[in-house]
Amino acid sequence: MAIELVCPAGTPSALRSAVDAGAHAVYCGFADETNARNFPGLNFSPAEMTKGVRYAHDHGAKVLVAINTFPKAGTFEPWRKALAAAEEAQADAVILADMAVLDHAATHHPGLRLHLSVQAAANTPEAIGFYADTFNVKRVVLPRVLSVEEIAKLNKEIDVETEAFVFGGLCPMTEGRCSLSSYATGRSPNLSGVCSPPEHVEYVEEADGTAVRLAGFTIDRFGKDEAAGYPTLCKGCFVAGGKSTHLFEDPVSLNAAGLVGRLADAGVTALKIEGRQRGKGYVAEVVKTFRAVVDAIEAGGDPVKAEQLLAGLVEGGRQTSGAYRKQWR
Amino acid sequence: MDRPENHIGLTLGPVLFNWSAERLRDFYATIADRSAFDRVHVGEVVCGKRMPFSDPVWPDIIAMLEDAGKEVVVSALALPATVRERKTIAALCEDDDRLVEINDVTALSQRGGKPFVVGPFVNVYNEGTVRLMASRGARTVCVPVELPLASLTSMAQSCPDIEFEVFAFGRLPLALSGRCYHARLHGLHKDSCRFICDQDPDGLDVETMDGQPFLAANGIQTLSHGVQAFCPAPEEAARAGVRRLRLSPHTVNMVAAGDTYRSLLDGRIEPAEALNRLRGLNLPGELVDGYERGLAGCLAAGQA
Repeated sequence: MAIELVCPAGTPSALRSAVDAGAHAVYCGFADETNARNFPGLNFSPAEMTKGVRYAHDHGAKVLVAINTFPKAGTFEPWRKALAAAEEAQADAVILADMAVLDHAATHHPGLRLHLSVQAAANTPEAIGFYADTFNVKRVVLPRVLSVEEIAKLNKEIDVETEAFVFGGLCPMTEGRCSLSSYATGRSPNLSGVCSPPEHVEYVEEADGTAVRLAGFTIDRFGKDEAAGYPTLCKGCFVAGGKSTHLFEDPVSLNAAGLVGRLADAGVTALKIEGRQRGKGYVAEVVKTFRAVVDAIEAGGDPVKAEQLLAGLVEGGRQTSGAYRKQWR
Repeated sequence: MDRPENHIGLTLGPVLFNWSAERLRDFYATIADRSAFDRVHVGEVVCGKRMPFSDPVWPDIIAMLEDAGKEVVVSALALPATVRERKTIAALCEDDDRLVEINDVTALSQRGGKPFVVGPFVNVYNEGTVRLMASRGARTVCVPVELPLASLTSMAQSCPDIEFEVFAFGRLPLALSGRCYHARLHGLHKDSCRFICDQDPDGLDVETMDGQPFLAANGIQTLSHGVQAFCPAPEEAARAGVRRLRLSPHTVNMVAAGDTYRSLLDGRIEPAEALNRLRGLNLPGELVDGYERGLAGCLAAGQA
């Protein structure tokens, strides 16, 4: 079975870049709190979504619309509108996390194909079976807590497709089950579609470098010549047990390019690249490289040395294969 | 037991930390003997690797609590992954005699319509999700910690049959991970962790590089450093749709914490006095309650 490469599009121009670079599918969201990359300057209006879908379809690519946050009680309207707009735009699938949103989609938009977002954190056959049986979910985006061996076992026990992240930002916490950001700032991925939101980030110049604060908490320090990535709370440096350490995760990015073949063997249908907040140049380069990897593997040849090819694109140049190798835990 | 319509129940949540079997037995003996809690959760929620140590003591603890007139709820794991953990959940969901607390969708599908409590680790953010849970047997919903009280009120108005519970006291459970932070800090792998999380029975303090208290690590779980202390006046809680307050166990005097909340909910002391009494308990962090007001969870309690 062919592997589907699912690529990020934070803007209409990134969508065109991803499609032109060989994406089999792109994923994107509307410009509001209904999607988990609700950052200023990103995302699509309904009209842009319609145009984007047309462009992708004209070039043989699919569009998956992420509507993957959790509406707070009494605020369902934006999610209702987003589902209607996705269907109107003829999206190939919607990526959902909240049970009420899933229920609404299954009841009122039976023609829409439903994918379960990583934000729903379904990682057992029982949990995945619940979403498949209850809402007719066709694909689940796997939480980044499973090893390749565990994914292979899981795929034998379920009837739906699986999609696995292979590149980009890495949450060390189980996605959709993390409130660190709202504890510090009042806004979180589940509630607002943002993590460590920019309006709470402050760079304070000091004698020998820069302190990075999030809502008043110092989460890292950089020397004058050090490259500083975006200050995500869980990648910060903290003091615990007398040690100063990146306790939760080092400032690294996920790169599982070297595991594409094994993920395909494990029965994974689609490979996902994170990065809707990235520019079109970055998207084009990552997509092109991963498409080459996928094509090489499908042709039965050696995978190209993609891990090295992509090294310059990741934060601080440091990469990890994350939970796919058990030692990460 | 007859209770007035607006009676607010007091729940003792499951122990989130790696306590020894002896500590668990002593703790629940005291809770059974002289605490104000009407409902008590038992069971391991955070890490399946701890289960072989605590599993043998639960039957006695349950019997002791039920003999003392407490309603016992058996809590299930929040992040099951292994075959053994999934089997444990399946077995636990067979329980016909008491409520089970589901903390992951895995257990939801296995409970098969029998009554259950939805724990704060399940993403119930709105009335549509509550109705779905209710149709499958949910009786009580302890809402996610970051959900503002106003959202609970909105859910309570459209789902009057569900008993809504607020995580009112204790370090806030903020995140779960596939990775164990105790193991990572000690240079170990999760698979050979040596159970070192038992060194921190209230969680391991995590401070910023400037020495500001911030978070707490508990194996695969991250909690707040601050201690949630949501202390509403009884009429305020009833008006908001709150039917239960959950207190999360720490090594402090939990009988005293329970008595303080019972006094508050019975109108015998004011919220400010309740906060004063809680501050006297030698807590692991400052009191916070920002989440209930729709703000950052770390904001100091009692500022409304």
